[in-house]
Amino acid sequence: MLASFAVLLVFQCLGEGLVYVFGLPLPGPVAGMLLLFCTLLAFPALRERIENTANELLRHLSLLFVPAGVGILVAASSGNGHWWALLAGLVGSTLLTLAVTAYVLQMLAPSKADDV
Amino acid sequence: MFKFAELGPFWVYLSASPLLGLTLTLCAYAIAQAIHVRCRMSPLANPVAIAIALVGVVLVASGMSYQRYFAGAQFVHFLLGPATVALAVPLAREWPRLRRALLPLIVALLCGSATAIISAVSITALMGGGAKLLYSIAPKSATTPIAMAVSDHLGGLPSLTAALVIGTGVFGAVIARSLLNALRIQSPEARGFALGVAAHGIGTARAMQVSAQMGAFAGLGMGLNGIATALLAPWLAPVLLRWFGIAP
Repeated sequence: MLASFAVLLVFQCLGEGLVYVFGLPLPGPVAGMLLLFCTLLAFPALRERIENTANELLRHLSLLFVPAGVGILVAASSGNGHWWALLAGLVGSTLLTLAVTAYVLQMLAPSKADDV
Repeated sequence: MFKFAELGPFWVYLSASPLLGLTLTLCAYAIAQAIHVRCRMSPLANPVAIAIALVGVVLVASGMSYQRYFAGAQFVHFLLGPATVALAVPLAREWPRLRRALLPLIVALLCGSATAIISAVSITALMGGGAKLLYSIAPKSATTPIAMAVSDHLGGLPSLTAALVIGTGVFGAVIARSLLNALRIQSPEARGFALGVAAHGIGTARAMQVSAQMGAFAGLGMGLNGIATALLAPWLAPVLLRWFGIAP
């Protein structure tokens, strides 16, 4: 478990390095995810070794957003009275984005019956 | 006899160490998770939102500052990095299925990403928001670090963007099931991918709770929309502002 956690951290470092060296408009962890993804396709045996740790970490993904989320309460004062405009934009846009993305994908790649 | 005032020095000692913020975060999450399970995993009882509210109530009631709380909570926050990297694992597992739908996924991504930016800016502009707010909300569907960087680059308020990103994630995770059921979207690929594109990591966390397969497509949607937003928002947002006649 510790060894696989080290693998994740190493790829995060590689991702940070890649972003820094090439000045990519990406956060380091996302670059690290893409690097690990390519590595896993090249060496499928590695996936079995880190699978359990990765799944355990992802099972509690919700928890990891709590500290940043509490920060909302702190930032809540910077909307200078335009909260209705922001709330309308947030709600309307999230509904539209969900609908458009799901609709386009379902239309272009209909799921097989065994997937439902 | 026990006197409450005697707790004073102990409280000062405890709240100065990172222990309290960390304990508070884990306890709030455990309670939120229990409530979520009690509500039969209903998306309406979103564990992120419940835990945030619980921590918020404790901070307000105890007078603890966010900085002090974060000194402890940062250890949990730090794990977001390796967890994002770990999303490569379900992605690699689902790769045979992903590869068959690569072109549809990319088309859906571009449509979704553009919809997110255009609709967020347009609705906020029509409701009277100024340039700073429009730039802050434009990248709201991207994952937090990308959204904050894009907002900063455009001239928005990164802290406001962070709040909007979390709000978007929670709202998307709560509403997705009802909305997608109403639209008769059944495929787990489409449902998961839409959650990731529209509601980034919090949407992905929700998809993960439904199934690992849905979670993999959500993780892919989150990662790809981060990239798409970083590329699209910097030129779409100024064009939209000019269109609405708002000075940047």
